Amino acid sequence: MPAEKAITITVNGTERELSVEPRKLLVHAIREDLDLTGTHIGCDTGNCGACTVVKDGEAIKSCLQFAVQADGSEVTTVEGMADLPDAGEDLHPIQEGFKEEHGLQCGFCTPGMIMTGKALLDRNPAPTDEEIREGISGNLCRCTGYHNIVDAIQYASAELGDAEAATDGGRPRDPGGEAE
Amino acid sequence: MSSETEKPDAPYRHAEDGGPQPEEHCGHGRGGMGESVRRKEDRRFIAGKGNYVDDIKKDGMLHLELVRSPHAHARIVDIDTSRAEAMDGVIAVLTAEELAAYELATMPTLMDDTQDVLVSDKVKFQSQEVAGVIATDRYVAKDGAERVEVEYDVVDPVVDSEAALADDAPVVRDDIEGQDDNHIFTWEAGDEAATDQAFEEADVTVEQDMTYHRIHPAPIETCGCVADWDDANEQMTVHLTSQAPHAHRTLFSMVSGIPEHKVRIVSPDVGGGFGNKVPIYPGYVVAAAASYVLGQPVKWVEERSENLQTTHFARDYDMTGRLAATSDGTITGAAVDVLANHGAFNAAAQPSKFPAGMFKIFTGSYDIPTAYASMDAVYTNKAPGGIAYRCSFRVTEAIYLIERMIDVLADELDMDPAELRRKNFIQPEQFPYESATGWTYDSGDYETALDQALEGVGYEELREEQQRRLENDERKLLGIGLCTFTEIVGAGPGKQCDIAGIEMFDSAEIRVHPTGKATVRIGVQTQGQGHETTFAQIVAEELGLDVADIEVEHGDTDTEPYGLGTYASRSTPVGGAATAVATRKVRAKAKSIAANELEVAEEDVVWDRSSGEFRVQGAPDRSITITEIAGASYMNSPADEEPGLEAVDYYDPPNMTFPFGAYVCVVEIDRETGETAVERFYALDDCGNRINPMVIEGQVHGGLAQGIGTAMMEEVTYDDNGNCTGGDFMNYLLPTAMELPAFETDYTVTPSPHHPIGAKGVGESPTVGSTPAVSNAVVDAIKHAGVRHVEMPYTPDRVWQALDEAGLAIDPADRLGEGASAD
Repeated sequence: MPAEKAITITVNGTERELSVEPRKLLVHAIREDLDLTGTHIGCDTGNCGACTVVKDGEAIKSCLQFAVQADGSEVTTVEGMADLPDAGEDLHPIQEGFKEEHGLQCGFCTPGMIMTGKALLDRNPAPTDEEIREGISGNLCRCTGYHNIVDAIQYASAELGDAEAATDGGRPRDPGGEAE
Repeated sequence: MSSETEKPDAPYRHAEDGGPQPEEHCGHGRGGMGESVRRKEDRRFIAGKGNYVDDIKKDGMLHLELVRSPHAHARIVDIDTSRAEAMDGVIAVLTAEELAAYELATMPTLMDDTQDVLVSDKVKFQSQEVAGVIATDRYVAKDGAERVEVEYDVVDPVVDSEAALADDAPVVRDDIEGQDDNHIFTWEAGDEAATDQAFEEADVTVEQDMTYHRIHPAPIETCGCVADWDDANEQMTVHLTSQAPHAHRTLFSMVSGIPEHKVRIVSPDVGGGFGNKVPIYPGYVVAAAASYVLGQPVKWVEERSENLQTTHFARDYDMTGRLAATSDGTITGAAVDVLANHGAFNAAAQPSKFPAGMFKIFTGSYDIPTAYASMDAVYTNKAPGGIAYRCSFRVTEAIYLIERMIDVLADELDMDPAELRRKNFIQPEQFPYESATGWTYDSGDYETALDQALEGVGYEELREEQQRRLENDERKLLGIGLCTFTEIVGAGPGKQCDIAGIEMFDSAEIRVHPTGKATVRIGVQTQGQGHETTFAQIVAEELGLDVADIEVEHGDTDTEPYGLGTYASRSTPVGGAATAVATRKVRAKAKSIAANELEVAEEDVVWDRSSGEFRVQGAPDRSITITEIAGASYMNSPADEEPGLEAVDYYDPPNMTFPFGAYVCVVEIDRETGETAVERFYALDDCGNRINPMVIEGQVHGGLAQGIGTAMMEEVTYDDNGNCTGGDFMNYLLPTAMELPAFETDYTVTPSPHHPIGAKGVGESPTVGSTPAVSNAVVDAIKHAGVRHVEMPYTPDRVWQALDEAGLAIDPADRLGEGASAD
C-alpha cells in the first residue's frame, strides 16, 4: 500500500489533520475521513458537479483533485454554509433560496449547486439569469430542469443584496410563489 | 392466481362527504390540498444532512468492486483470482462458482427470464458482472479487481435489432433450451382485420418509420447498497437505492431463501430514480451474498459508467406507424409495427400481463375507431432492460409514435397540426371513453387544453414569425411543435397489473397521537417527488390538521405497510388514494368520538372541512377540533369504540388515471451549423385536482428537461462490436442549464372521477409529452422542404445532415465571402 502523507486542511473554519494515501481523492477524504457526507459523488469524470466544494474561494470539483493537493487550503462544504458570516440565524440565504423557490427535489445535486451558487454570488453579487445558467452549467441536476435553481440563486442574490443595503438594492423578487 | 375475467373492478372508494371535491373547494390555509406548501424534507438536504446509501457507514464495513467483462460476447475460459486474493486488504473474491453453492449464481428477471448474477459461462453484454472483490477499503477493492485475471474466448456479437433477426445472426441466448434464434416474443393488440379494412377504405394513408433510441434514466445518484447479515439474529438488512422496497424484500427473500420476516429493506434518501431503481441488479445480490458469507456489512456503490452501461436502459424501439384518414382529416385507423431491443436478457420491468407495457395506448388523445399494434422483441448483446424511464411502461414510445404520426398526416393533408388534432380529439362527453385497444379513459378535455396552450404561447404570432423568416430566406429557421398527449398512469388495478405476481395496490397507515399530531406511513417511496409534504397535505386536507403536525414515513419494510413502490406515476393515483381513504376511516371514527364528546347523536354531527372541526348541526357554536378528539380517543374513549385513533388502508384502484396535456415547443435551427436550440417550451398539464401546485410545477420542469434531453442529446450508443460508446457523462450528455429554456407552465383541472381526491398523477406527463413536441418542432422547421421525419437526438451534425439533404443548409463561405473558404 502506498505510504500515507500527513496533510492539514481547514474545513468549515476548523483545522483538520489527516493522513491520506497520495492517490486518495479530496472528495473521499471529505466524505470518509471527515464524515462530511453532504458532498456527493455522481460521476467519475468531473461532469456532474455533485462533489463541488469551495476551496480558497473558488468552486472546485473535489473528485478531480487529490486530497494532498488541498494541503494547507481552506475548504467550505455545504455543512459549513449556515455558519458563514452572511448566513441568517438558521441557514444561509442560498440554502433558504433552494427551499423557498423549490430548487431541489431528490437533493443529491443540491449541495454542489449550493456551493457553486455561493462562489458565483461571491464573484458576481447580482447576476442575470443567463449568467447564473452559465455559472451552474458544470453542475448536473436531473430533477428540476434548473428553472427553480436559477430562481433560488436569484432569491439569495436579492436577500444578500438587501442585507448589504447596496445602493440600488437587490433585484425585485418574483412574486409568483405562495406563502407557506 | 386470478385471471383477468374472474375478478370484478375494484369499487370506487369515496366517503359519503368525500369524493373528488372540485379543486376550488379544497384547502383550508393550514397546508391542505391545492396549497403550495414549502417542502418539509428540504431542510436536511440543503443542510447536507441527507442520508443516501453511500453515506451509510457501519462497523467492520467492507467494500465490493465488481470485475466486468470488456467484451460484449465471449465465453469465459478461466478466472484466476489468486493474485487478487493474495493482496493485503482483500478479504474474498467471489465468482459464479462460489455463488452457485448458495444457489445465487443466477436470479430471475421481472419477465420470467434468468440473468447471471456473476457469469459462469458466456458473457452477453459489455461490462457484464464476472467476479466480485471484497476488501477493507474501496481503493483496495479496485486494486483487487484489476488483479482478477479472466481469459475470454470472444464470440461475434449482434447489436442491431434487425440484424438479430437474420438467419445467420449469432445466438445470444444459447443457454435457453430450444432457443435457436434471438426472437423473444410476439405481442399484438387491437383488431387487425378491422384496421386493415379501415386502411383499404381510407382516402388517405401515411406511413413513417421512426426509432425511439436507447436512453438511460441516469439519476445523479447511481445504484448501490449496504448489505448487513446479522448472524446472531439471522437477519438480513439491506440499505438499498430502491423505488420499491417492499417488492424488493419479497424478491430478496425468494432469491436468497432467507424468510421474508428476516429480511429488512431500508430505502434511505434516494438521489433520483426515474425507473432506474425499480429492478434488482447483480451488484445487490453479490453484496448480500458476501455479507452472508463473511458475516460483515458490505457496501457496493456503482460508478457512473457502471450505471450507464449495465443498469436498465429505456426505449430502444424501432417503429413503423401508419394512419388512415378521410380526405377531410378524420382518422379512421391507426397501426404500428414495433421491433423492441431488449438486450441480453428479457428483463423489462413491467406488469407480467403486459410484455409491451401500456404501449397499446398508442391511439393517444384521439377518437380512432380501429387500431392494431404488433411487436417483436429480440435479444442482442446490449445491456438488458427496458425500464419505464419516467414513463408508465412504454407509454412514452406509444405517445411519441402517435404524436409524430399526427404531424405526418397533417403534412400529407396540408392541414395545420393543431386543426387536425382538434378534429380528432375524444370529446369531453365521450368519457368514460373505451379506446379501440381496450382502455377506459377516465376523464379529459383535450380541446380546452390545446386552445388555452395555443393562446398562451401565441401560436398565431409564432406561425407568422416562422413564415416571415422563410420569406426572407433567413439563416435561422423557426419550428413550432405541438404535442397533445394523454398518459395512462396509476398502475394499477390489481386484476390487471402485478409485479412478480403481487397485485399493484398501495397502502397507508395513519396514527393520530394523543396530542393531535399524526404519523403517516406509506407503502410508496419518494426519490425526490416530495411525498413527505404532499402526502401530509392529503391528511391535512381530510383531517383538518396543520401540515406541520403530520410526519410521513416511508422506505423501511420493518415499519411501513406493504406497497408496490413509486414509479409509473403511481404514488398519487394509488398511494395517495390509500392515504385519503385511510384518513377518512380515521375521520369516521373521529365523528363517533365527537358525538360522544358533544353528547349528541352521531347523525347530528357534521364535518366542517375549512375549520377542521366537527359541529353540532343547528348549533354551530358547539364544536370540537380533531386535536381535542384525538385526546378523547385515548383519554375518554366511548364505550362502543376501541381506544386510539388510527386506520390502515390497502387501496386497489378501480382503473388507471389518464392525465393529459398540451405542449408547444419552439426551436430555432441554424442552417449553417445545424445547431438546434429549444427557444421556448410551453407546457399545459392537467393532472386532475392538484395537491401542491409548487411541487407539480417542479415535477413538470424536471420532466421537460428529461424529455428535451432525450430529443436533443441523450443516447446510449454502441459500436458494431458491442462496445458501449455512450457509457459515461463525457459521452452520454445530460442537458445543463445552458441547453434548457426557462419553462412556461399552465394548467387545467379535470378531476379523475374514480380517485378519492380526484387526482391523477403528474410526474411522467412532461417526459412523455415533451419529446414528441421537440421532434415535431424540428420537423416543422424544415417540412416546407419536404421533410417528414428526422431521427433523434438532434445533435448539430444530425440536423445539419437533414438540412443538407433537404437543400436548406447554408455554406458559411457564401456569407463570409470567397476568402473564408480558402484553405
